[in-house]
Amino acid sequence: MNVQTTAQNFDELDSVCVRFAGDSGDGMQLTGDQFSVVTALEGSDLSTFPDFPAEIRAPVGTTFGVSAFQINFGSVEVSTAGDEPDVLVAMNPAALKVSLEGLRKGGVIVVDEGAFNKRNLDKAGYEENPLENDSLSDYQVQKLDITKMTLESVKEFGLGKKDAIRSKNMWTLGLILWMFGRQRKPITDWLEQKFKKIPDVANANIAAVNAGHAYGETAEVSSNLRRYHVGRHTTEEAGEYRTVNGNQALAWGLVAGSQLGDIPLMLGTYPITPASALLHTLSELKEYGVVTFQAEDEIAAVCGAIGASFAGQLGVTSSSGPGIALKTEAIGLAISAELPLVIVDVQRAGPSTGLPTKTEQSDLYQAVWGRNGDAPIVVLSASNPHDCFDVGIEAVRLATKYMTPVMVLSDGYIGNASEPWKIPDITKMEKFTVKHHTDPEGFHPFLRDPETLARVWAKPGTPGLLHRVGGIEKDYDSGHISYDAANHQKMSDVRAAKIDGIANDIPLQSVSLGDQGGKLAVVGWGSTRGAIHQAVKRARAEDIDVSHVHIDNIWPLPRNLEEVLNSYDNVIVAEMNKGQMNNLLRAQYLLDAHLLSKVSGQPFKITEILDCIREQAGVSK
Amino acid sequence: MNEQTDVKKLTFKDFETDQEVRWCPGCGDYAILKAVQMTLANIGATPENTVFVSGIGCSSRFPYYVETYGFHTIHGRAPAIATGVKLANPELDVWLVTGDGDGLSIGGNHMLHVLRRNVNMQIMLFNNEIYGLTKGQYSPTSKQGTKSPSTPFGSVDLPLTPCSFAIGAGARFVARGIDTALKALPGTLARAKEHNGASFIEILQNCIVFNDKTFEHFTLKKEAANTQIHVEHGQPMIYGKEKNRGLHFNKDKFALETVTIGEDGITEDDILVHDETNKLMAQMLVELTAPEFPVVCGVIYCDPKESYDDAVHKQVEVAKANKKADFNALIRQGRTWTVE
Repeated sequence: MNVQTTAQNFDELDSVCVRFAGDSGDGMQLTGDQFSVVTALEGSDLSTFPDFPAEIRAPVGTTFGVSAFQINFGSVEVSTAGDEPDVLVAMNPAALKVSLEGLRKGGVIVVDEGAFNKRNLDKAGYEENPLENDSLSDYQVQKLDITKMTLESVKEFGLGKKDAIRSKNMWTLGLILWMFGRQRKPITDWLEQKFKKIPDVANANIAAVNAGHAYGETAEVSSNLRRYHVGRHTTEEAGEYRTVNGNQALAWGLVAGSQLGDIPLMLGTYPITPASALLHTLSELKEYGVVTFQAEDEIAAVCGAIGASFAGQLGVTSSSGPGIALKTEAIGLAISAELPLVIVDVQRAGPSTGLPTKTEQSDLYQAVWGRNGDAPIVVLSASNPHDCFDVGIEAVRLATKYMTPVMVLSDGYIGNASEPWKIPDITKMEKFTVKHHTDPEGFHPFLRDPETLARVWAKPGTPGLLHRVGGIEKDYDSGHISYDAANHQKMSDVRAAKIDGIANDIPLQSVSLGDQGGKLAVVGWGSTRGAIHQAVKRARAEDIDVSHVHIDNIWPLPRNLEEVLNSYDNVIVAEMNKGQMNNLLRAQYLLDAHLLSKVSGQPFKITEILDCIREQAGVSK
Repeated sequence: MNEQTDVKKLTFKDFETDQEVRWCPGCGDYAILKAVQMTLANIGATPENTVFVSGIGCSSRFPYYVETYGFHTIHGRAPAIATGVKLANPELDVWLVTGDGDGLSIGGNHMLHVLRRNVNMQIMLFNNEIYGLTKGQYSPTSKQGTKSPSTPFGSVDLPLTPCSFAIGAGARFVARGIDTALKALPGTLARAKEHNGASFIEILQNCIVFNDKTFEHFTLKKEAANTQIHVEHGQPMIYGKEKNRGLHFNKDKFALETVTIGEDGITEDDILVHDETNKLMAQMLVELTAPEFPVVCGVIYCDPKESYDDAVHKQVEVAKANKKADFNALIRQGRTWTVE
């Protein structure tokens, strides 16, 4: 945090990281979301990280029930949710306890003193009240009885105590809005809209926002509460912007693909964290002809999608790691029958149930290789929330053009994280109208396009194209079932060649920051993009010869990737798993890279990557 | 759209494919295939609008032999795939072919839900009470004590009754037929096609290799009149060579019993009249077993309700009628800002 005091009594900052932490019932996600929206509306760049427990309402006051929302925003490009919060809002002792470790030394802590009673301290495992000893002396602590002040501010609305206390997140938001000089109006408008049917609740929450803000104004003189200003991010391209999270962007990307390809979309899915939001979003878009099928299980979900593709629509299924494992056999059917299918895997920490609400990138093996038989598919990855939109469109394009399943790897971090997004204009995007086969002349279901090797897509209902397909091997020349040995070799070869050939239809590997060729490259894929980008940027500012190569096409890999990777003396592969991309690159290119692995359920910090760059570059801190 | 109507009426031969049928000689599946091809011809099915979907097992090879569209899928999952077909194109007439292993073991969950949802399709479950394609292991419908390669000392688990399962799952149409009953089966299948919703038809099918004659005690032609009853809506449930046996509802026992007209003061008025809309009656009928009772065949239960695919598409149509699909507006909903 680079501080410069301005004339208006604001300290000017390039960027700042704020973490809101409280009980899972304290409304911290909502508070964080709303703060993000206001921040975005005023033109700062931002990146958020909702970090919440798997329990919906964990026992009150416990450390494992803490729900947090971190936002990093700046007048400079931020690209990650921030390594170390500068400001921590802690609504109870448990929230303070679990969040303190990551806080920047010298940072600001705003606590609700009213929640630091014996019961809550005991639950959080504090033997002494940390607000009453010197354990927080490294920080600027603002002890405020938020609970009490909230109750007073909403008194006139006659809510019960329980309901009244629920407004304390809005009181806190009011204070934080004051602290950063942000407008209240978007928040009060939203509250009016949200609680249109219960005006007392709307008014109480608005009163709480105003009271929190007023507290800042009046307390300023007497206390050491400071105000900070973060300006607009002026290097952004002109245009209309909004905030978007990865799941929302991916759902919209799939619909955009369906529109651009003029191919109706059918989603077969089963609720699972952190992928359910795709179903929620798509189920509201029926006017686009989108049909959503909440199936009885993951297997039925993917099978429903495959049935839809057989019938001539684009079947899509979405899940997370454990659900993808269940879909595996059916994906093999779509590979064998050569039907288009989009499979979305919003990855989470595994194995098994793992950490459902925590992020990881450990489904790469599953995506590329996780099926019986030689079963190649296309695998794409999304690297930040708005990239999910473009990847959604690309998945639809490749699945329909090549009659193949395409797996999209997103993850829990970018699925839930929000960022500003320059809203595209669909009328200016390239169309790729999907065609079904209709010509009975010389027809059989495995007739192939000599260039793409894709088979024809003849949908039921078309006269003259009656045929039967299935999971048994097909004869290359007729599509009938065949147990012939040489034919199986030929079909296996053509299925592999079809997928390999897609390398000619995807972008060449570029260097996202730095130069092609040099001493060192950091290679990443997926949601690590922001952290690697910032780490490489800082290292280059320290005159370290390092570049950033980010792989978006996981399978097939870009055809020049080997050349790009070989242009560096040394390569670091940074990923949130035990080395899956590292092994994939070793298997493909005999690349001897240095692995930077992290599987703590948390995204990379910039400094973790920067430290690794310095070490590999032989530079000491 | 001007469509040319094909004036030539199709016969069952038009529904045969050029593929060699690969079931064991004498398999009950041959008869069922014939019955289905006859049914398709009788109901005037349009080949290109007809889709056969199957899972895995002997029965599931069926689609290769019917000249329509077909999808031979994976073990147990045909109901889910067929649901996807109907959701994508409700105009298609979908026939699902499965067996006691495919449909009630590995695919039991999907069978439950396709029936519960009432997806508009005909579900033919070929029940031979054995696993044929994996060479003779017992199935979830095998009688207790069945000796098989996997149960050399006899199976110990209790079998389920497919039609009872279907009613329990909420099926709105439940029927039963016998593979060789070529006179009765096409009629039952035509009724199934007519029903808008999931139509469940259990077809008792003899596996000549691994479970031969398991149904013989009631399927032998010369005894059939005494061991089977073909129910018809609104008709008293009378059977027997002399047409003097019948089913009577014993109110005190809350159970069905067999009676003889002319004995113990029983007249035709004492015979229960079949009401295919009565679920409770259907539940009792499907559980009757030979030789104590006649085995009930025909349309046992039929009480239509809106199908799942109709309801889903209605919502889509309403949304299309009421909301403009403007993608650029959609992604600009909510709060946006402009960078100059």
